[in-house]
Amino acid sequence: MEWFLANRAEVFTLAGQHLVLAILPMVFGVIIAVPLAQLARQSRGLRSGVLTASSLLYTIPSLALFIILPTILGTRILDPVNVVVALTIYAVALLVRATLDAFDSVDEDLRQAAVAMGFKPFARFMQIDLPLSLPVLFAGLRVVSVSNISLVSVAALLGIGNLGMLFTSGLQRDFVTEVVVGIIAILILALLMDSILVLLERLLTPWTRAVATTGAGTDSGAGQDKTGAAASALRLSRPKTGGGNA
Amino acid sequence: MSNVVTDTFAWLADPANWSGSAGIPVRLAEHLLYTGLVMVIAIAIAVPVGLFVGHTGRGRVAIVGLAGALRALPTLGLLTLFVLIAGIGLMPPIWALVILTVPPLLAGTYAGISSVDRNVVDAARAMGMTEMQVLFRAEFPNALPVMYGGFRTGVLQVIATVSVVAYINLGGLGRYLFDGLVLSDFPQMLGGSLLIAGLAIAVDLVLALIQRLFLSRGAFSQPNRSQQAAVDLTDPALAGTAVQGGTS
Repeated sequence: MEWFLANRAEVFTLAGQHLVLAILPMVFGVIIAVPLAQLARQSRGLRSGVLTASSLLYTIPSLALFIILPTILGTRILDPVNVVVALTIYAVALLVRATLDAFDSVDEDLRQAAVAMGFKPFARFMQIDLPLSLPVLFAGLRVVSVSNISLVSVAALLGIGNLGMLFTSGLQRDFVTEVVVGIIAILILALLMDSILVLLERLLTPWTRAVATTGAGTDSGAGQDKTGAAASALRLSRPKTGGGNA
Repeated sequence: MSNVVTDTFAWLADPANWSGSAGIPVRLAEHLLYTGLVMVIAIAIAVPVGLFVGHTGRGRVAIVGLAGALRALPTLGLLTLFVLIAGIGLMPPIWALVILTVPPLLAGTYAGISSVDRNVVDAARAMGMTEMQVLFRAEFPNALPVMYGGFRTGVLQVIATVSVVAYINLGGLGRYLFDGLVLSDFPQMLGGSLLIAGLAIAVDLVLALIQRLFLSRGAFSQPNRSQQAAVDLTDPALAGTAVQGGTS
């Protein structure tokens, strides 16, 4: 505790760097994954191609990817860009699957009703498909957030600044407190990010709460939406999702 | 840049790197040995507990909560902590890896057992099976697909994490990354990275092949949606915990 107070400025700087390295890939991940998933829905072949490619990429361990990427990108090995690109790849791999599941979870009747009401494809996508798939999308985002925050620390092994530095320097100096502070700081960051995502989801999907308070457990539309969301969330955990990377 | 690529291939092709105690075959064997050791210990802990919890429903909340909390734990932090407390050697990092591998396996086993159609379980009981028979003849075979999914995830996660173990003076393919880093020998780092990536992909393919050859195809068909949802709605947290994210 004393050590933390004495070094809090440094810990906060590292935490800031850590957050940037974890959040940027999530933002890029969503920007890339949502259109990609929409594209993948156009044909069966495209869909299985995208899913196979994403689970293959997800299999590559992060430490290896951090080192392979500079060769492909032409960056230097210490460049934080490598970390952002690597984590974006994982985020896209996870989110494409989650987004496809999310779109599948939207009730087909609603989609047809929207078409019948005269929605153009793009408007239908923005106003029907996307908002209704948010709960499943957020389930995927929460997984990405936790894994990103944990993965960023690996980059410290290569000397890229973040909270993982507390582990490497703690080990070198044989100083347990520093490592413990690092673990706690990362857990707090993960918790913080998760709460923010939950809050954001609540703000963006007010209708799920409205139904939950009035008639939970009935066969209401939102109830179905919720089961769909849950089903897809579980499907995320199925074998093909690929493995962890470190 | 192209000479980095050619240097890397030269490094990979150099016979000197394929023999001796720091040769690629030895490093590969070490990598697989650590992975195997971690998996055996983790399975020995996670599967019995998962079966018990899945069958009886006791301790469900504790398991889901624990698995969720452990997901956020940074692997590197845990590894360094264990080494600082217990000293350098084979077992401290192995135990750290076991702690990280048990939760996904446990969640997979538990989720597998509780995804089994309740009608199947009731029918088994109605036929006069003992509780043990219900568990091993009805629940276990039907839970296998989900359990195997958890196992595959666990293996890949451990293979990935074992590369980090080299940082704390153990062997495995990760050695090339850290030795290369110290010497600024980029071809060696890149060669090691390609080997690790190749190993992960190869192992995943083998596991997929095993699934296709030895596990019943029927059991792997998607269960119907309402059933999946029923499992999941009771455990909103479980979906998150069972999903493997990359760690370390």
